[in-house]
This record gives sequence, structure tokens and C-alpha cells, in this order.
Amino acid sequence: MSRQIWDIPGGIHPAQNKIQSLQTEITRADIPAELVIPTQQHIGAPAKPCVEVGDKVLKGQVIAEGNGFVSLPVHAPTSGEVIAIESRPIQHPSQIDGVCIVLKPDSNDTWGARHPIDNYQSLERNDVIDAIRNAGIAGMGGAGFPSAIKLGIKPGTKIEQLILNSVECEPYITADDKLIQERADEIIAGLEIMQWLVNPQETLIGIEDNKPDAIAAFKKATANNNIEVVVVPTKYPSGGEKQLIYMLTGKEVSSGGLPSDVGVICQNTGTAYAINRAIHHGEPLVSRITTVTGDAVKHKGNYEVLLGTPVDALLAQAGADMSAASRLIMGGPMMGFSIHDASVPVVKVTNCLLAPTTEEIPVPAQEQACIRCGSCAQVCPAGLLPQQLYWFSKSNELEKAEHFNLADCIECGACSFVCPSNIPLVQYFRFGKGQIRKHKSETIKADHARERFEFRQARLEKEEREKEQKRKARAEAAAKKQAAKKAAALANPPSDASGSPTTPGTDDVADTASNATKLKSAWASATKRWKDAEKALTIAEKNGSDQLEAFQKKVDQLKAKAEKTKALYEDAKTSAASTSPSSPSASPSPAVAPVSNDPMVQLKQASADNFKAWKDAQKKTQEAEANSADNLEALREEEATLKAKSDASKAAMKEARAKEKEAMQAKKATEDPTKQLKLDAAIARTKAKKALKALNSLDDDHASHAALKAAYEKALATADNADAALKAAEEA
Amino acid sequence: MSVLHVTSPHVRKPMTTNAVMRHVIYGTIPGLAVLTLLFGWGTLINVVFGSLVAVAAEALVLRLRNRPILFSIKDGSAILTAVLLALAIPPTSPWWITVVGILFAIVIAKQLYGGLGSNPFNPAMIGYVLLLISFPLEMTTWIPANLTEGVAASPSFSQSLALIFGSVDRTVIDGITMATPLDTFKTYAGNDLDMLRSASVLQGSIAGVGWEWVNIAFLVGGLYLVARKIITWHIPVAMVTSLFLLAGLFYIIDPDSYADPIFHVLGGGTMLGAFFIATDPVTAATSNKGKLIYGALIGLLIYVIRAWGGYPDAVAFAVLLLNLCAPTIEYYTQPRAYGHKKANSGIAKS
Ligand code: SF4
Ligand code: SF4
Repeated sequence: MSRQIWDIPGGIHPAQNKIQSLQTEITRADIPAELVIPTQQHIGAPAKPCVEVGDKVLKGQVIAEGNGFVSLPVHAPTSGEVIAIESRPIQHPSQIDGVCIVLKPDSNDTWGARHPIDNYQSLERNDVIDAIRNAGIAGMGGAGFPSAIKLGIKPGTKIEQLILNSVECEPYITADDKLIQERADEIIAGLEIMQWLVNPQETLIGIEDNKPDAIAAFKKATANNNIEVVVVPTKYPSGGEKQLIYMLTGKEVSSGGLPSDVGVICQNTGTAYAINRAIHHGEPLVSRITTVTGDAVKHKGNYEVLLGTPVDALLAQAGADMSAASRLIMGGPMMGFSIHDASVPVVKVTNCLLAPTTEEIPVPAQEQACIRCGSCAQVCPAGLLPQQLYWFSKSNELEKAEHFNLADCIECGACSFVCPSNIPLVQYFRFGKGQIRKHKSETIKADHARERFEFRQARLEKEEREKEQKRKARAEAAAKKQAAKKAAALANPPSDASGSPTTPGTDDVADTASNATKLKSAWASATKRWKDAEKALTIAEKNGSDQLEAFQKKVDQLKAKAEKTKALYEDAKTSAASTSPSSPSASPSPAVAPVSNDPMVQLKQASADNFKAWKDAQKKTQEAEANSADNLEALREEEATLKAKSDASKAAMKEARAKEKEAMQAKKATEDPTKQLKLDAAIARTKAKKALKALNSLDDDHASHAALKAAYEKALATADNADAALKAAEEA
Repeated sequence: MSVLHVTSPHVRKPMTTNAVMRHVIYGTIPGLAVLTLLFGWGTLINVVFGSLVAVAAEALVLRLRNRPILFSIKDGSAILTAVLLALAIPPTSPWWITVVGILFAIVIAKQLYGGLGSNPFNPAMIGYVLLLISFPLEMTTWIPANLTEGVAASPSFSQSLALIFGSVDRTVIDGITMATPLDTFKTYAGNDLDMLRSASVLQGSIAGVGWEWVNIAFLVGGLYLVARKIITWHIPVAMVTSLFLLAGLFYIIDPDSYADPIFHVLGGGTMLGAFFIATDPVTAATSNKGKLIYGALIGLLIYVIRAWGGYPDAVAFAVLLLNLCAPTIEYYTQPRAYGHKKANSGIAKS
């Protein structure tokens, strides 16, 4: 049966270089003197160590527990003693350290309890998935995504194809190829477990036509079941998950989506093997097949390595002469990353160690200008325009880069491979992606910081306001009390009333009024007193008091007073409004403000008047024009002069406004410098923090590392400066 | 252990920009040979002389711009510009024509825009157009190919040298030059059919005496480039097809006034333009769809200018005009990326 193969766009044909490592059988790697087992070998949260230094452990025993949904446990690769739990350099592209459990093997390699599941079909699906999770199985092709999550599809999701990715399109790597040749039955057994778990309509194995032996092995192993081996033409990067899915099914996983969205689940060869070991043999994932190759290696081939084996131990066993190696690559030559420190351990995703000589993989030539030859676009499997992305990433035009779908770049390196100008395009894309990520989180963080600052500001203002209100309330209460007293006095003994026509308090308030608030309360109390007096008058009238005249006089007096305070208050209010309202200490006395404010208001008024006059004149002229009046000329002239006048006054106003603004800024700077400085310092500190974080989270090459470091140092310096300035200002 | 920290991919195809330029220069060899056979040593002398001027000019500007000189010279782009310009100008052009054209191409059109890769216009064509506008007489008088009736032989090497570098009386040159076939056609078509039929440069050939050979030679060189994957077929095919179709259409309508499509396709600078000028990657569109549009529009403009414009040949103008449109074409012809329902187009909204 032949099946349609959809061709992916682009792609390249780099030299295969697979023969070298296919000459020997899979060799069991020696147990090293020390195993360094990272708690994070998968995508997701690192596992939590659950052993202590000094503990004796058995092979397969859980030494770190999964920490959340997207996480996996880690098992002891052999029996021995835990000698340290500490930070060690790990296999990260940006050479960061990670928590590792260091195990000293006892060389007995004694297994702990193993619980094979004989008849998994009789179990609940979830129990089998849990068993896979508990075996610590992660995608072994490179990304290391927990396999149990991929398999734990939502009930009701229809899976049309289950695909086993045996393409292995990267040059040099033969780990899957060899594993298939030697243990095809076990892989198929693992695949059958997955088949049972997700119940697909069809199960396919995608494999490149450059592995005839592996294809034959698979064909033999699948002779009696409904698994179909689909041979695809050799082309890089057909082993990319999305690329393989398209080739076999013609379905595209939408940008940002998951294969299961289109009814496909894709698993790696090594993963299927590991699942078989876990279910049928009860063995968790503690070792893997790693290709050790490159011309600097004497015994090229595939090794079954315990996870946690330091790279240098493995290389030593393979007889690698690292002085002849130009670099040391973990992974393949297309997507692998070079490692600096050969003490890093082999982990679940380490499919290859490549130690090429300088002749084999020379030092990259100097980067030249992009000549827009378009070769990169011709080979891009994702249908992108790398030369545009390069341009945008380089010039930091992130929005444009996003618009040109930078996010869909799978970093396969095909574009860099063909670029005649030796431009490390992928490096630019990683940098660009990092920038976009950073930019996004930065915007969020900046928003948070601003919100926090504003919230604090608002809270302070509110407190201030509340204090003010309390003060006012107290003043009012006091005034009321006084007024009530007086009213009572007025109503009863008339002799008293004439003796206190004005209260000293009112005068005091009016005289010492230094701000609008005080004036306002003064106005309020004055008004109240006046109203009270009025009431007293009415009562007196009703009672036919003979003191009516005196009462009337009193009311009038109070009314005048209230009006006076009101006027005063209003004055103060306008002047207060024209100065900085947020800093109460800067509130000027009402005597000063109107003077500084006056010209502005006048100018504004004049400008408005002139404008109106001109408009009127214009209207008149237009009317006259319409009626063809004979004084048209005169009107036009008038209009012109008025317009000139209006323009002039407008300009004057603008100038004045600019000056005022300047003055205000100067004032603000001198009067309340700390506030601005505080803000500056806060912002600078946040920036520095962010830069540090970016630096730490760097999963990049060292070119951008240096840039980030510089940025961080700069931000730090700015923050320090801002702090110093703030301190100085506060002291002053 | 000396390990380098380099990021993936670690292997590269052994094709460099320098090699690309070199191959394009190789591709011009057949055309250059035929031009030399038909018109004497002039073109070859111009190519060599022009290359020297171009390298010198490039070195000077790189020095002024404080850029590594040798590194950039080695990419061969300056020499390629010189070669293309020298192939386009008449073999008898005096030396200062070459100098002016190349200085303008290298200094103004290329380096002042930021050097290789940053120039929006094809430098060789900028140089050509400048010359055509400034010195129309020198730029439009070609000596007839030695196959032409009544022309005994093309100038010898020393004659060519004298024509280019000597202080020759222009009248001497004028005595031996003739209008090019395209020019002749333009002058007589539609108004003086007898003259048209009897013009010696159009006698007994399909696209003007000698010119079909020149074009075929450039076609051969161009196919070499396509075979070496230096260029893709899109631009040349689109350009020649659109020119052919348009010419065919008008030829069917009025064969007396319009030249036949073969004449257009194999006449003048069509093939040089299609394979060597329009495909200059720096200034062309890059996506396949974009290239098709770009090429087709060049073909269209060539026809329009040849048929109704003021200049006999139009490759340079057409290419420059489309250089101007290339970024826009690019924006609207983005390929559909994997996992997207449709292609993005336009510029990012910012
Ligand atoms: S392959 Fe290199 S030189 Fe060519 S367009 Fe792409 S980035 Fe530019
Ligand atoms: S690295 Fe990205 S841009 Fe380059 S070819 Fe691969 S997917 Fe396309």
C-alpha cells in the first residue's frame, strides 16, 4: 500500500555523516565514578529532591519527585550513595547551573523493586498514564516534554493518527536508527501501548529512506499488526514534529496550536522504547542511547548511557581526543548547542555528542552583508522570509518581525546553512524571540510597577484628604457649637446679643486665612451663623420681640461677613488651582498667586476676545460678500487687521504659556524634587532588576549574553545614580 | 580542549557570497565573447578597465567609511557591477564614459546607501541611466556588428584601444557607427516602412544583425546560473514571458508599426537584463511570488518604453522603476507560513 506523502516546502540536504556511528552495535557505557543527575531534564518545573545526602539508593528508586502537573520525577540510574545535592553546570544552551543530585555508584547496579504491568489492557487508561509519568518519561527527541501529558488527551478527543517519529533527519545522529535495528520489537510494543491509550484511527511510523536496515526491522516487527511504516524522502528537517505531521497527513498544526488540535499525536522512537520498558518491565527511565561521533572520537558509535553520566566520562570511554576537537556539540550539527564544560551530564534528551575536528566543522567564516539572495527563504520549511526576519531582528523592529511570523520559526537552521553570507540567522532569531518575550513580560511588569506606584500615591493622597476632612469636621463642629451658643444667647438675653455682634473667631479665620480650605470652612461657618441669626430673627418676629431692629442689623452684618469670606475663599481657590495642587506645602498665599497668574488669564481672555472679534468680522464680511454690500473693502480690511490681532495675541499667549510651563517645571523641580527623583529611582531599580532576570534566564549564545550584561550593568548604574540623586535631594 | 562557543547550525553549505558573485561573472562570459566577436575588443577592454576603476573606487570609499577594505573587495560585487555596466555600454565609448558611470554606480548608488546589500537600486543600471541621460550621443551609437551588410570587419584591438583611450575625432567614430536595430526600428516603424525594410542592421536576421547571437549567449550564461542555483527561474521567465506576450499582442494588431515578439525577446538588452540585471538579488523581490510579479512588471515596462517611450531600449529604466516597487511587492507577497490559514500581507500595524 502506498500512501501519499505531502512534501514540505524548502528543506536542505546536508552531508549525512551517519555511517561513522553505524559500524558497531550499541555499547553499554561504563558506570562512571560519579553520576550527576539534574532535577530538571524535561520541560516544566524541576523535580523536588526527596533523598538526603548520605542516603543509600537502589537503581530505579525515585530520588526527586515531580513538582506539579508539568513535571516529572527523577530516578536513581544505579545503586549507590547520595553524596551531594547542589548546583552544578548542566546541559543548558546558556550554560547555567541547575540543582543536581550527585550519586556515588556502588558498582553493584542493584535494581530496587520493579513492578511490571503484565496486562495493561485490564487497567484504567489513567493508571497506565500515571505509570508512564511515574517512570519519568519525557520526549526523547530533543524537547523533553513529559510524555504522559501528551498521551493524557481529554476524553472525547478523537485521535486520527498516532505517529512515531523515527525520521532522525539530523546529520550524524544514529541513536534511533541503531535502536530500531536492534530492538524494533520493543519499540513496537511501546507503540502498541500508546495505541491502546489514545485509540487512533491509524498508527504510522515516519522514517527516512536513508535507513534501510531500520526500515526492514520495522517492517518485520509490524508484519502482524495494523501499524504502517511510511518511508519519507531524506530531507532536513522532515523530522520536525510539525513537518512530519504534514508529510504524513497533509495536516498543518495551526500556529501556536498543538498536534492534538488536528487529531494527531506524535511520539519519538526512544520514548516508545522507554514506555515499553516502563510498562512491561517496570523500569523507569534511567538510561538512553546516545550517539558519540565526530572525527575527534576514536570509537564512534552508539552508547547506552546512564542518565547523569558526565559527558567527559563518556567521551573518555569512546576515546575522544578533545585537543583535536574544534568544538563539542550536544545534539546534532543543525540544532545542537555547543557546550563549554565537558563535566555536564547526559540527560533524557541527549541524543548525540558530537566532537568534530577543525577540518570537519571549521570555524565559521566572518559574517557578510545580506545580499537578499533569497536562498534562505527557498529552504525555510516554515514558509518564512528569513532575510526579512533577520533585518527586523537586527534592527529590533520586533513588531514587524512578529508580523512576519518570527514565532513560527522552528530554529531548524536550514536558512543559516544555505546563507552565502555566513549570517548566523538562527542566532538572530533566537535573540529576536528572546527580545519579544522580554518585551512582553517587561510591559506587564512595567504596568505592574506603575500601578503599584500610582496606588501608593493614591493611598497617600487619600490619607491626606481624610486628615484634612477630619480637621474640617472638627472646625465645623466647633463653629456650630459656638453659633448655637450665640443663637441661644441672641434669642434670650438681648443685652448679650448686642455685645457680641461679631465673634473673634470669624475675624481670626479671615485674617489668618492662608489657604483655601481654611477659608472654605470659615465661609461655611460664617454662612451658618448668618442663617442661624436669620432664624433667630424670624422667631423674634413671630414673638413680636421689640428687639427686632437689633436682630435685623445683626443678620445683615453676618450676611456681609459670610459673603466676604466666600469671596476670599473663591479667590484663594482660583489661585490654588493654578499652582501645583498635589503638594499642599507648595500652596501659595492668595496674595501672591493672582499676581503671577493674572497675565496669563488676561492674555487668554484677550486672545479669545480677539479671536471672536475676527470671527465676527469674518462673518460680517462674508455676509456682506453675499449681499454684495458696497463697504466690502472696508470690511475686508477690518477683518484682516482683526485676524492679525487675533494671531498676535494667540502667539503671545502661547509664548506666555510656554514660559509658565517652564517656570512651573522649574518650581516643581526646586520645590518637590524628591518626588520626581523617587519615581526615577524606582523605575531605574525595576529596570535593573529586569535586566538581571533576563540575564539569568538567558538561554542564548554569548553574543547576546554580553549585550544583556552590558544592559544590566548600565541599568544598575542608572539605578545607583538615581538613588544617589534622591539621597542628595532628601538631605538638601 | 579548545571548544568554540558557536550556535547552531554548526555546518554550512559551502556556497559563499563571493562565490555567488564569481559565478554571475562567469555567467557573463558567453555574452562577452559574442560581443567581442561581433563588435571588436571594445567591450572586453571596457570590462577590464571598468573593473579596475570599480575596485579602486570601492577601496577608496571603504577607506573613507572606515570599513575593512580587503574583506569587502573580495566579495566581488564591485567587479560584477563594473562588468554589467561595461557590457551595457557601446564598445566604442570613450574611457571617461566608463569612469563616470562606474564612479556614480559604486560611490553614489552603492556605497553611499551603505554598501553591498543596502542599495535600493541596481548600481550598474543607475550608472547606465546617468550616462544615457548625460551623454545620449555616445551612449546610443554602436558600431554595427561585423555581420552587417557592407561592414568589413570589427575594429582591431589597437583600433579599439584608440577609440576608447585615444583622442579620436568624434566624426571618425560617427562615420563608422550606426543606430542599433532597436533604434532603427523605433525611427522608421510605422512611418517609413521602406527604410525600415532596407535598413542594413535589420537585414536577414530575426532581431537585428548580430543581436540575436548576443542575446542567445546571455541566455546560455543565464541558464548556467539557474542550473547552479545562483538565481531562480522566476524573474527571467516572468520577464521574458510578459515581454513576449505583450509584443505578440501588438504585433498581431499592427505588424507594420510594432516589431515582432521574437525581435523584442532577442533584441537589445533583453537577455542581459532578464538573467543578470533584473535578478540582482539585492534590489529585486525575494519571495517566489514576488519575483514573478517583479519580473512580469519589468517585461511590461520594457515593452511600454520601447514601443512608446523616448528611448530605444528600456531595460535599465524598467529595472530601476521596479527596484522602487520591490519592497512593496515584498510586503504583499509574503508566503503563507506553516500553520497559518493565509499569508500575512502589508506592513505591521504599529
Ligand atoms: S541567504 Fe543570507 S544573504 Fe541570502 S537572503 Fe538570506 S540572509 Fe540574505
Ligand atoms: S531556522 Fe527558522 S527561519 Fe530558518 S529555515 Fe528554519 S524555520 Fe525557517
